Amino acid sequence: MSPNGIRVAFSRFFHRWGPGVGIFVTGSVALWIVLLIVLPQLAMFDASFRFNLPPAEIGGPRDLHTLSNYAALLLDGRGGINWLDLGVLGRTILAAVFVTILDLLLCYPIAFVLAHGTSGGRARLMVLGLIVPFWVNEILRAFAFRIIFGSSGVLNAVGLGLGLWAAPVDFIRQDVALYAGLTYTYLLLMIFPIYNAVEALDRNQIEAARDLGSPWWRVHWRIVIPVAKPGIASGATMVFMLTAGALAAPQILGGPSSLWFTQLIYQWFNEGGNWPRGSAYAVVLLLACILVTLLAMRVFKVRIGEIGR
Amino acid sequence: MSRDVTLEHVTIRFGSHTAVDDAHLTIRSGEFFSFLGPSGCGKTTLLRCVSGFLEPTEGRVLIGGEDMRGVGPNRRPTALIFQNLALFPLMSVAENIAFALEVRGVGRQARRKRAVELLELIALPHVGDKKVYELSGGQRQRVAIARALAAEPQILLLDEPLSALDLKLRQHMRSELRAIQRRVGLTFIYITHDQGEALTMSDRVAVMSEGRIEQVDEPLAVYDHPKTSFVASFVGETNVLPATVTGRDGTDVTLQTDGGLIVQGFAVGRRQYRAGERCQVFVRPEQIKVAPPEPGPNRLAARVLAEEFEGNLRHVSLAVGGSVGGSGGAPAVGALAVGGQPLRMSVVNDGSLPPLQPDAALTVTFDPSVASVLPEGPLARA
Repeated sequence: MSPNGIRVAFSRFFHRWGPGVGIFVTGSVALWIVLLIVLPQLAMFDASFRFNLPPAEIGGPRDLHTLSNYAALLLDGRGGINWLDLGVLGRTILAAVFVTILDLLLCYPIAFVLAHGTSGGRARLMVLGLIVPFWVNEILRAFAFRIIFGSSGVLNAVGLGLGLWAAPVDFIRQDVALYAGLTYTYLLLMIFPIYNAVEALDRNQIEAARDLGSPWWRVHWRIVIPVAKPGIASGATMVFMLTAGALAAPQILGGPSSLWFTQLIYQWFNEGGNWPRGSAYAVVLLLACILVTLLAMRVFKVRIGEIGR
Repeated sequence: MSRDVTLEHVTIRFGSHTAVDDAHLTIRSGEFFSFLGPSGCGKTTLLRCVSGFLEPTEGRVLIGGEDMRGVGPNRRPTALIFQNLALFPLMSVAENIAFALEVRGVGRQARRKRAVELLELIALPHVGDKKVYELSGGQRQRVAIARALAAEPQILLLDEPLSALDLKLRQHMRSELRAIQRRVGLTFIYITHDQGEALTMSDRVAVMSEGRIEQVDEPLAVYDHPKTSFVASFVGETNVLPATVTGRDGTDVTLQTDGGLIVQGFAVGRRQYRAGERCQVFVRPEQIKVAPPEPGPNRLAARVLAEEFEGNLRHVSLAVGGSVGGSGGAPAVGALAVGGQPLRMSVVNDGSLPPLQPDAALTVTFDPSVASVLPEGPLARA
């Protein structure tokens, strides 16, 4: 949207709702964006270029800008590359991509059935069934997954009882529990954008494609998915960003060998007491996620405007 | 190549609601066949059943003699043109048209070539690269036809495809559709609530009401010789006279209308009426004439209530009081003998009838052979 377009949109908005509502809405949105998003990010960005000084020395002569925090992530201090932390970053991003794809595979059919396969009461029941479990808070849900996937958990009990496998499988060590937990946590963020996009599709188009000889897979490939694309893009972006930035689920469900990058950030902030170092790590995570998202948008030919739809 | 379609006692129910009740007919190969009826009469349901989106609850659909049960819409030799056309908005016009070929794995070059040919056929040679929304309503209409023809169907099904167009374009598309049908020689099954469309384009028409097929006939026969009260009142304008049979001679029936008129009509389908039986007499407005001086049957004394001028036609509303030669005398205005409705007369505006003043008295008549006598039955709602 051009600056002029934004000005026109604002004046229309004010004209329609009057100055009271206009000032409240624009004011609160601006406050939210500036105070809660832009300023903290800027503060963290600035902090990431500073030394970790005791409070007394902040603002003093030794409070200078430095690249040492970024260097610590990239280099191991002995002239080599810090494969350990970079490896965690890479694995986190890959795992987030994997969870996003898993969510997409799960949610596309659900969203399609919700939009075009059911109606009235059954659709409402389905939505209820999707939403109600999220009344339970995230930590509790993560622990529930531990109970399900633990070595003496429900899944093992069933599997062993039915004789599907002979010895208990450690789903937590295998990261099955982590992926399942993350996938489940962000399910709704994928379903609803896709549902929104697909719902607008005229049913007759699906039938027309069928009538012209299309098998089901091609109806989806040529007719439904192109319509769902903006929804898929915005759902995938949200799921990917939030999965890469998740903390509770990896903390609770992660196997002993798998460290999430957010856990490193958390350690620098809390246990390490090194906010500048943590900030640098957080900035790198944010930039990496944005980069991956932009790359994916380029590959799948999605414009940024479509995500907002 | 085209094929015939046979409906064998097809009944379609949704729960306790019967949408189609025992449809039993054969649509001939290469025929332009219309299902005509008001909305909710089951005609679209029947079409969806032929195209394969619905299976009949009872009975069978045969295409070219083959039972279609269990054959999905993508594997039937039919192509459906939807009421809203359902063109694919994210594809170009050429991609839309070539979609059926793409499905069959036809190569890009061959698809492009066929799309160009079909665009020629519908006289839109240069729109292939446009998006659907860049076309006008009539152009979209023709693109939808081309897209369906690309699938090389043997039967083309059309679900009120003209209803979204304005009047002029609709009339133009009627002759265009008929011309395309003649050119490609396919069986066309056309669904409409617009009798003008059904009568002008079709070889035969099936009139439907509440899930039942009331009459299957050529357009002229449907109009001139309706077999049920519903058909008589749904197709075209008509006057309905509720009456009681007083006598019968072969197919000639003498009746007394509820307004006290004595009239003569003919028994549709050679039905043997008994005296005292309730029935309805249908006479079209254009069959009501100003009576000549010499005596004859069905001479009615009338008073002019109002006249509407419609260019080629003049529509006159009449109050009818009595049969001339009987009780005599012109009726008082407001004494309506035609089931509470004024009798409507349509006259061609050829200068033969002088202008009529309200309240003017005149004698009108109609030939007994155009007065259809049918057993009392439900009428089409206006």
